[in-house]
Amino acid sequence: MKHESIETNAGLLIILTLIVISIGGLVEIVPLYFIDSTIEEVKVEGKDTIHPYSSLELRGRDIYQREGCYTCHSQMIRPFRDEALRYGHYSLAAESKFDHPFQWGSKRTGPDLARVGKKYSNEWHVQHLIAPRSVVKESIMPNYPWLMKPLQYKNVRDRMRALKMVGVPYSETTAEYEVNVKRFGEDVAKNLDILKAEENLIAQAATGNYDGNASDVTEMDALVAYLQLLGTMVDFSKFDDGHFADFR
Amino acid sequence: MSSEKNKPTVQTTGHAWDGDLQEFNNPLPSWWLWTFYATVIFAIIYWVLYPAWPVGDSFTKGMMNDITYTTADGKTKTTHWNTRSLFLKEMQVAREDQAKYLKDINALTFEQIRSSEEKSAFANSMAKVLFADNCAACHQAGGNGVVGRYPNLLDDAWLWGGSFNKIQETITNGRTGSMPGFKASLSAKQISDVAEYVLSLSGNEANAAAVKNGKAVFSGQGGCAACHGADATGQDFMGSANLTDKVWTIADVAGADTAAAKKDAIMNVVKNGKTREMPAWKNRLSTTEIKILTYYVHELGGGK
Repeated sequence: MKHESIETNAGLLIILTLIVISIGGLVEIVPLYFIDSTIEEVKVEGKDTIHPYSSLELRGRDIYQREGCYTCHSQMIRPFRDEALRYGHYSLAAESKFDHPFQWGSKRTGPDLARVGKKYSNEWHVQHLIAPRSVVKESIMPNYPWLMKPLQYKNVRDRMRALKMVGVPYSETTAEYEVNVKRFGEDVAKNLDILKAEENLIAQAATGNYDGNASDVTEMDALVAYLQLLGTMVDFSKFDDGHFADFR
Repeated sequence: MSSEKNKPTVQTTGHAWDGDLQEFNNPLPSWWLWTFYATVIFAIIYWVLYPAWPVGDSFTKGMMNDITYTTADGKTKTTHWNTRSLFLKEMQVAREDQAKYLKDINALTFEQIRSSEEKSAFANSMAKVLFADNCAACHQAGGNGVVGRYPNLLDDAWLWGGSFNKIQETITNGRTGSMPGFKASLSAKQISDVAEYVLSLSGNEANAAAVKNGKAVFSGQGGCAACHGADATGQDFMGSANLTDKVWTIADVAGADTAAAKKDAIMNVVKNGKTREMPAWKNRLSTTEIKILTYYVHELGGGK
């Protein structure tokens, strides 16, 4: 093909340019799907301990994204000593396998949140989200006082179905439910049932009482439920320190 | 436009737009070209040295030196170069550097640490960093807490006990303190009377008649004495507050200006109750780190 025929044909030039620049991405990304150790297997007593979010946590994650938390907070602890001492065990690829999109990042204005779950009390999160400087004087985080409003969860089933389409194992049929029971255990599988999404959401908000108000389901309930889960799915005391290094 | 101006002085690609717009065919600057070649060579060396190329369901492991690391539980392993093993090696080196100090801290009792100037200085300086990362978000950088929410660690009032052992237990396993609300089980008058009684316990002005009624509710129908104790001094196995001292951890009586505001603060807690949670740190911090923090918190001023 002649130089001139490419340069004088904009459509062809665009297509060939796309092919050339996609080569870099293709050779870097595609092989990862075929390498066995890319996503670590994290099993305790035969069950996967990393599971998809419950309907309430999923709505919390949506709010996390709506409010743009990711612009300042990453969820990726790199395997460096300084990060491990401050945030905890380095993040595993498996820990974000159900995240669409993932929340990794290389820019932190606030601290990394990959292991913030259970680090603070629910009450602290509520107060801190409403008025960060009332607990951390030097904080530059904005106030999020509107999170105490009622949570919209009418379309939570559709949200779960959308994630199911991209491979997150939420269940709709009995057969799918049984597969989840086998894979994650019954307690988790119940929360992944799309048909019981609203019911589960209300129940989790009531028992967890994340926002300090047992009667209403607020956006705060969802967001705090999500934050309290972050980084808690893997019990690292069940694995040798070197176990996850073997995957690299 | 004269045709002379259009005469090319350097080689062109032969394209011409709008009659005279031409594209010169200049060679790339040589510094750019050689830098480009250098990056290609760099990439090839990199592929050889580091884990890089996918091969089937695995990948090339590279020719960098193997890494031999020992984990905290004493297992030694040698692997090909990778960042996770590098990290474990980094942790091992630091652990061994600190070992001689931490060994002493682990072996000594709290009293022994206190009696050694060097050891207590070490514990305090390490604890300061741990405290800032883990505790300060609630208890504040200086340990003074937030009235109504997070207990002050500087005073000598302790909800769950202020001995070394008790503090260590609190940090390790966390605590959940819960006071129920009484707005359903007590009448407005009873709640008001109890509040007057509680005010009187710590020497605040209160209505004598109401105090008498309040005391009866406190030890009788209200059931307050079951948790706070008959003498209202609290019980540290369940974290119930001592109501007879002047330290307020939930109702901000000391911070209220008027007598009415003081009473309101108490009534609010009696009506609605309060649940507070201190998270457990055993999965986040090592036993040594918890021991050091225990020592630090105890020595902040209020340890018993």
